[in-house]
Amino acid sequence: MDHGPTVKLGRDDAAEFKSKLGLQLFFVYGFIYAGFVFLNTIKPMLMAKSVFFGLNLAVVFGFGLIILAIIMGLVYNAVCTKKENEFSKTESEGK
Amino acid sequence: MIYEASWLAVGMFFTFVVLVLGLSFYFGKRTQSAKSYFAAGGNIHWGVNGIAFAGDYLSAASFLGICGMIATAGYDGFLYSIGYLAGWIVALFVVAEPLKRLGKYTFTDALDSKFNDKGIQLMAAISTLIVSMCYLIPQMVGAGALVQPLLGLPHWVGVLMVGSIVIFIVATAGMASTTYVQFLKGALLIVFSTVLTFNVVHKGISLNPTDDYHTLVQLEATVEGGKVVAIADSTYLLKSQTENYILLEKDGYDNWWKLADGHLTETLSKTLTGEGATLYNGAPKEERRFYQVGHALKIMKDGQEVTSTGPLSWNQYLSVIENSEIMLFRKAAFEHDGDQITLWYGKKTAGKDIMRPGLKFKLDEGSTFMQKLNFISLMLALFFGTASLPHILIRYYTVPSQKDARKSTIVAIAAIGFFYILTLFMGLGAMINGVIDVESSNMSAPLLARYFGVGLFSIISAIAFATVLGTVSGLIVAASGAVAHDLMANFFGIKMTDKGKVKAGKISAFVVGIIAIFLGMVFKGMNVSFLVGWAFAVAASANLPAILMLLFWKKTTAKGIASSITVGMISALGIILTSPTMVERYGMDRASAIHGLDNPGIISIPLAFATLIIVSLLTQKKKA
Repeated sequence: MDHGPTVKLGRDDAAEFKSKLGLQLFFVYGFIYAGFVFLNTIKPMLMAKSVFFGLNLAVVFGFGLIILAIIMGLVYNAVCTKKENEFSKTESEGK
Repeated sequence: MIYEASWLAVGMFFTFVVLVLGLSFYFGKRTQSAKSYFAAGGNIHWGVNGIAFAGDYLSAASFLGICGMIATAGYDGFLYSIGYLAGWIVALFVVAEPLKRLGKYTFTDALDSKFNDKGIQLMAAISTLIVSMCYLIPQMVGAGALVQPLLGLPHWVGVLMVGSIVIFIVATAGMASTTYVQFLKGALLIVFSTVLTFNVVHKGISLNPTDDYHTLVQLEATVEGGKVVAIADSTYLLKSQTENYILLEKDGYDNWWKLADGHLTETLSKTLTGEGATLYNGAPKEERRFYQVGHALKIMKDGQEVTSTGPLSWNQYLSVIENSEIMLFRKAAFEHDGDQITLWYGKKTAGKDIMRPGLKFKLDEGSTFMQKLNFISLMLALFFGTASLPHILIRYYTVPSQKDARKSTIVAIAAIGFFYILTLFMGLGAMINGVIDVESSNMSAPLLARYFGVGLFSIISAIAFATVLGTVSGLIVAASGAVAHDLMANFFGIKMTDKGKVKAGKISAFVVGIIAIFLGMVFKGMNVSFLVGWAFAVAASANLPAILMLLFWKKTTAKGIASSITVGMISALGIILTSPTMVERYGMDRASAIHGLDNPGIISIPLAFATLIIVSLLTQKKKA
């Protein structure tokens, strides 16, 4: 079998934590995205309602989903990096 | 539409092409092993990889297709932007790090990492090839559309040029050159789209987009019992009427007019005569009687009606359009005395309707269940499709670690998200600045750039061309990996040296490139973003259930994965090939399609999940 990573990867003790956190954040975002699709499908007229800065709900929700993805990505990375550092610190102390 | 080539644009275009080819040649000398050919050696910096992700992803569909769709259908086009971006969440939170950990060169490697199963190797490789092909078609169509205004060449020449250049890029240095071409193009696309958007907002909105803008003429007519019997302007000769479309002659030219509310409005018409000639507004193309269109009819700023707004802020721009009235164009087609007529007529549309869903996707009151289902199905496929695209997934193998895979995804999300926000401004800018070519909405963004000067047009067009080059290169690398690595080496067990694998990859790239050129010519004229929607649906149906269940369900078996890919792929393709849009493409009436679903995801994705679960449960190994 010609599989396995292209490069040698180090041990990743935080893998389980990251996987669990990723799944939780995925469901949070997925739920909000589903809400957006649901509103567009069932209440398209509601999306025309002005929300703020003269922009309607369709634009604000759409931009919001894009910006939320960026923010959640940054938060996820910060938490994962912290956890990875904690594990590598514990590992180096144990040596 | 007829376009004139600009020497600056031609010069810029060839500079880009030479740069890209030079880059490929440089990396080609250093690409001797399979690891460097298929995964760029696995040592690309996460920042470079993140922008290269953006380069891969911001394909012709994003730049040409979405902008074109927003220009003609308003907010509905922007829904593609939202769906495409949301899909990256699945890639980041679920797929990125495990895939990096499990795979080597291809997406099949990751799926097969636990099993070493021939069924998975075969089906995943076929799925990679089919998804890559579905994605390649719109890129090639986009390439053809681009060279028309850029170089004044026909569509097929553009397709042939892109195909040939890309075959060279991939066949010389594989993933290494592809990565740097993508990085360069991704960065330039975002920078110059920002410049274009700044110009759009700064220019504001006016009733007359340009001094020579052709405003559609209106004529008063006498109508009796739905029939036009006389026209107030005696210089026009009434020749014929088909439903609400009236054929008039003036100065020896025939053109079609639309009857509405007791008056006639000029349309843009294309006539394919019984003798095989094509006339635009009653004249051959070269006489240039066919115009670019799109303008505001009534502009409301801060509650006041104005003729021009002057510079606007970003939110003001959207707000003014929402409160104004815009002329959009609708298409009609019919037969008249043996001639095939296609015409585009103006329709006054409230900004409020443009800035909310409903112009393309029929979701308002009176819409059918199937229309709503089609919309949900598309949004589902866009969400789940990104993390299933083979050319995106293989980019995870080019970075050194899982951490780098994650970081590069976040860079990609930020870059792509920012670009997608710009698409709304670029699309709306095209809608109201008289730059829409009704024959091909794909040209809206480059033509908008030309509105602001030939310099910006040259750069934007060259970047757009590089966009196609980069994405097609990535797709061909993915497809050649599927053939050389998954099928030849793993499935058929052909023993190859490292150099032999690279050679097999290059030959595969050549063959896939030739097929892509052919398909690009066949599908000319279809909106590229719409076509990419299909690629997402096939990818999400065939690949995502397999990836997710492999990662998160311990009872997943090899047979379950292989069956899921097969069922997802066949059901998605089956629904697409029998869809109303494809039936129309076959030259038949849409209504004769056996079902009303244009987007298969809502059926094929759950079906693939169900197949995997059932087959896996039926094929569990008995405990000793």
